[in-house]
Order: sequence, then structure tokens, then C-alpha cells
Amino acid sequence: MKNWALARKKGVLWQRAKIIQSIRGFFTSRGYLEVETPHRIPAPVPESHIDPFSSEGWFLHPSPELCMKRMLSAGYEKIFQICHCWRKGERGSHHTPEFTLLEWYRVGGDYFDLMVECEELIQTLVGELGLGDSLQYRGHQILLESPWERITVEEAFIRYARISAKEAIQKDRFDEVMVREIEPRLGIERPTFLYDYPSERRSLARLKKEEPSVAERFELYLGGLEMANGFSELTDPEEQRRVFQSEILIRQSLGKPVYPIPEKFLDELKEMPPSAGIALGVDRLVMVLLNEKRIDEVVAFTPEDL
Amino acid sequence: MYTASDLKKGLKIMINNEPYLVTYFEFTKPGKGQALYRTKLKNMLTGLTIDRTFREGDSFEPASLEEREMQYLYKEGDHYYFMDNETYEQIVIEEETVGEARYYLIENLNVKVLMFREKPIGVDLPNFVNLKVIKTEAWVKGDTAKSDYKPATVETGYELRVPPFIEEGEVITVDTRTGEYVTRVKG
Repeated sequence: MKNWALARKKGVLWQRAKIIQSIRGFFTSRGYLEVETPHRIPAPVPESHIDPFSSEGWFLHPSPELCMKRMLSAGYEKIFQICHCWRKGERGSHHTPEFTLLEWYRVGGDYFDLMVECEELIQTLVGELGLGDSLQYRGHQILLESPWERITVEEAFIRYARISAKEAIQKDRFDEVMVREIEPRLGIERPTFLYDYPSERRSLARLKKEEPSVAERFELYLGGLEMANGFSELTDPEEQRRVFQSEILIRQSLGKPVYPIPEKFLDELKEMPPSAGIALGVDRLVMVLLNEKRIDEVVAFTPEDL
Repeated sequence: MYTASDLKKGLKIMINNEPYLVTYFEFTKPGKGQALYRTKLKNMLTGLTIDRTFREGDSFEPASLEEREMQYLYKEGDHYYFMDNETYEQIVIEEETVGEARYYLIENLNVKVLMFREKPIGVDLPNFVNLKVIKTEAWVKGDTAKSDYKPATVETGYELRVPPFIEEGEVITVDTRTGEYVTRVKG
């Protein structure tokens, strides 16, 4: 056997395929339309810390969100997609620069509704894999009974790092505190939804009406591992343009390349009804469901294998 | 000059004029945040290990170490003996300084001994070393349930995971950067 490292993954890859079929079954049975949008696009979302690969002047999409949101604007109400995405420079035991993302969007509802749908999705997958009502991951037993833990970013910073999130942002320590002090403690006994991100970290989320210093954005954690990122979508094109412009300024100040603003998306955004959307890392979900420590174990090929 | 994205296990860098070895490395990136490179760094002079997180764009100097081509001879207790290939001078390096390289040291192996201010502070290995398996479970052919790695011990005493078809007495190639099995060496 020349390629034993690949041959031995057969069991895991069968399980992976089963998980992906279960994901499709879950969304199809709830009336979601499975869509396919182009992987090569002329203008990605300007984000300060996500670097796309370029392709003949266009880009490999780092996420399918722009095209999927244009579908919401055009009257599609419940859509999902499972596709490959690319992000430059991201390689570690939980990252590969090419990876598989599940995104789903629904008209109506907000980020709290998505949290409930996450619970139902993962409970369904675990049931269909015959794993019972808990997961074993990296020596932790994670109980999956609803409701899962919900903790705001501010509460998590105070509880685990004794610093407020705002202060951490002012001192430019937000990401470092998150990685070192907070993330390893999330989703250990039960999965955790970390929600209400400071407005500086809003991305494409809308701000909370009653508390505009935070955005209606959340991340799901299982066993210390970030699984998914969801928002109540921002539907105001002018506000979204300002967010894009400020991200572009940050990119310029970091000496990173800047990309054209996705004008068609902004133009159609005014027709987008109030919606909620989420991206979930399929490779990481497979890791957690199958108790694998490294992303390399759940994909047939890593870039280094090619 | 290195930047944070060059970091990996085994890299040697200079901090405050002292050489450090990266002994642990993990790429992290909190949701929509910046890339952070978490490391454990071993001071190659004192042996003390520190935690350090680098950010995207951080830059630092490679450790300036003199490399001398030597051959590994033998060990006595915690002392490892090497011979300089040019001068035939023999030197002794303590096990603590040899570090994980000891897993791969077989007689007559050519290595690079790293010198700092005339003192040996580390051993650089070839990327691949062939080692003989001295202990592993026998393989039951056709047992598909056991299609995963199994433990094996090689001649240096190092334990690693190998495919089920590797038998005692066979020679395997090991990647010294990862410590992992690469392939079987046909006898």
C-alpha cells in the first residue's frame, strides 16, 4: 500500500459522507432549498482578517454569503448550501485553506431562532449516527440536551478573563484573550452559544436595537472548538457600505490588499427582508462528531498531501 | 528575517540575543478575528520554556548558530558522543541538550551540531531517518477491523504509530520533523 495514510481514512470518510447526507435530509425536510452559487467571484466581502485567493483577477470565495443573500433579496425564503471555500494562510490542526462550509439562511426570525435550529440540527445528526444524547470529544463528555448554554461575549470576558470586552478591544487584546482565556472553556459540558459581539466585530450583522453597542451575532462552540457563526442580517445598504469601508481602511492600515466593493450585493440588499443566516464548518463538525483531534483526519487530502 | 507565518515546530529564532527553539506551534484564529500563532519556545541556553503568542505581521530574526557537520558515535548514560567530520575532534552533549533528537540517533548518523559562542546547544537531524522496528504486534491479515495504526518501538527506544502491516525487524523511514511514520524501506 503506497498511500496508507489515505487508505486508513476509509472508515472516517464513510461516516463523513453519512453526516453530509443527514445534513441534507435535515434541511430538505424543513422546506429549505439546496442551492449552488459560483465559487469564483469578482468581489468578496471586505473583511479585515479574511484573505481570499485570487483567480485571474477574480477570487475564490471565502464564503458563499454574498450570492446567497442576493437570493434572499430575490424572494428565496429558505436556502442552504454545502460547498468548498478558500481562505489564504489558514493552516493548523483546526484549519485548512480549502475547507467545507454549510451555510443556511431564512427570511424571518433572528439569531436566537438560528441557535435553536443549530441545536436541532446537531441533535438530529448525533441521533442518526447512533451516538445517543452526548458527544465524547477530547476527553470531555458534552451533553446535548436542550437548551444549550447561552452566554454573552461581555459575560464571558468578565467570567473567564476578568476584563470587559470593550476594554480588551481598546487595548487591542480582544482576539488574544478570546483564544487564550475564553475559547478553551466554551462548550465543555454542554455546547455554548457566545452571543452579542461588540459592534466593532459586527461583520454583516445588524446592531441590537435596545443596545446598539453590540451586534446580533453569535458563535457556537463544542469542546472549545468554534463551529459556526450566525447573525441577524444587516439589511441597510448604506450602513453595510460604511462597515465595508471601515474594513477596507483596516486592511490598508495592515498593508493588506484591498478588493472592490460588492456593488450588486449592496444594490439588491435594500430588497432583502429581515433574515438570519449562519455558516458552520463541516470539517470541524465531523471532527467533533467522530472525536478526531486534527482536521487532517477528516478530509481525504490536505494541501501537503497534494 | 522571519514573519509569524513562517513559524513551525523546530524553527530556531533569536529573542533578546538568545537562541530559542519552537517546541510547540498552533495556528489559531478566533471567529472573524486576526490570526494568532501560539508557541512554546525553549531557550537553547538555559533550557527554560516560555509561552509566546505571535500576531500576523510580527517579524523576528533567525537564530544565528554555527553548524558543524558531525557523526553520532555512541552514548554512555546521559552523555552522547559525536565526532567532528572535519577535525575528527570528539565532543560530548548532554541528553537534555540533545532533546527529542535522541529518538533518531543511530550509530554513524550524520547530523549538524549547533554551536553558540563555541558551545554545543542542539542537534539538527536529516529530515528522514531509517530505523529498525524492534517491537510491534503481529498483523492478522484480512482483519479489516484493525485497519488503523498500531504502536511500535524502534531501535532507539522511540515509540510511534505504524500501519498494521509493519512487522518486527523491518526498517521504516521516519520524518524527524513530525516524528511520524513515512514509509516502509524494502529490504
